[in-house]
Amino acid sequence: MMARVLLVLLLTASLQAAEVRVMAAASLTDALQEIARGYEKTSRDRIVFSFGASNILARQIAAGAPADLFLSADERSTDRVATTTRVSVLSNQLVIVVPRGAKLRPLTSMSAIALAEPSSVPAGIYAREWLQKRGLWNAVRAKIVPTENVRGALAAVAAGNADAAIVYRTDARISNKVRVAETITDGPRISYPFALLRDAEQPQAARRFLAHLRSDAARAIFVRYGFDVLR
Amino acid sequence: MSSDDLQILGLTLRTAAAATLLIVPPGLAVAWLLARKRWPGKSLIETLVALPLVMPPVATGLILLELFGRRGAIGSVLPFDVVFTWRAVVLAMMVMSFPLLVRAARVAFEEVDARLEQIARTLGARDARVFVTITLPLAARGILSGVLLAFARAIGEFGATILVAGNIPGRTTTLSLAIYNHVQLGRDADAFRLLGIAVVIAFLAVWTTEAFLRRRV
Repeated sequence: MMARVLLVLLLTASLQAAEVRVMAAASLTDALQEIARGYEKTSRDRIVFSFGASNILARQIAAGAPADLFLSADERSTDRVATTTRVSVLSNQLVIVVPRGAKLRPLTSMSAIALAEPSSVPAGIYAREWLQKRGLWNAVRAKIVPTENVRGALAAVAAGNADAAIVYRTDARISNKVRVAETITDGPRISYPFALLRDAEQPQAARRFLAHLRSDAARAIFVRYGFDVLR
Repeated sequence: MSSDDLQILGLTLRTAAAATLLIVPPGLAVAWLLARKRWPGKSLIETLVALPLVMPPVATGLILLELFGRRGAIGSVLPFDVVFTWRAVVLAMMVMSFPLLVRAARVAFEEVDARLEQIARTLGARDARVFVTITLPLAARGILSGVLLAFARAIGEFGATILVAGNIPGRTTTLSLAIYNHVQLGRDADAFRLLGIAVVIAFLAVWTTEAFLRRRV
């Protein structure tokens, strides 16, 4: 009898305390970590993040990397993975940042402009699309320093090694070593789809965290970091 | 091979050759001092020289980035940009290859019979002449294998390079970085082609090194 009770207790405990593996766009790093800290205080579930460029995460998922949720910075990357639930939750805006204290100059007069890799990483693709729309792409192309993800571009400017970077508004806010030189108001539409993956090993726990990400508490944190919350 | 492959291979071979040539004079000097002389602080230098061999390459890259960045202690006084240029590629290769060259050259110098050098001196040869006519020829095999090893290590450099030189196609993307890019973007066929090139270069480097070591002088 005692043993059976213990067994049931053990089973329910192991069912309740799940580990949710979340692959998320680098630009979400700080906001998500704060949301997860709050979530883990009230839930028994643990949230394990892997942050990076969305396109690279999508490839890892497609190659069988274990993950329950995929929070991408673009729709394209999410199109490449098998999902069961998918909803576009956030939007963002591009800004041009320069090292704090640097004078504002036209992009075309600069020698090193950091972008997330402009042919594959979402932030880089958005930036390239905007530069092309403005007719600046060919003029700045040779000056581009591509980085692994959007935070790499931010870091290059923060260290003073690049003259400018095009990053998300939310990235610019987390560094006090950069200053926003221009907010890009005519950039491409940016959307962050949050998806439950078909091959999730903890679908229930993942659903719980996904629901939390759309709660008022999480929304307030996203807004504080500068994201636009859709719907 | 595509024209991109040729550009990548050319850049990699040129920067690796430049890095190797640049470290030979200081490398031989340090190796000789370690092998033949006793001086204060010797064990400290000995350890410092070996550090890049055992530290994570990315950590070495971070140190270089801090030193040679536009605001770094060295980078801010140089009249040209180092980070995110081919110069940074050469720099990363030099630092990572230096310990290999010094180790090989030091062993080679130590294996030269010191009595031969003394005899030359008793016959009136000065230190420089002893070095050029006795020590260097006798140590040549070991030094050459060290040079080849350093060159091969330079070609494979990745961790320090990506931090300090970035990964800029056509400018700082070396063979290792290009393979990484292709894999990340799912261009497996391109990655495998470069892999083939890397294997051929590595094979030639090791094979030539072994040939030098086997040969009797």
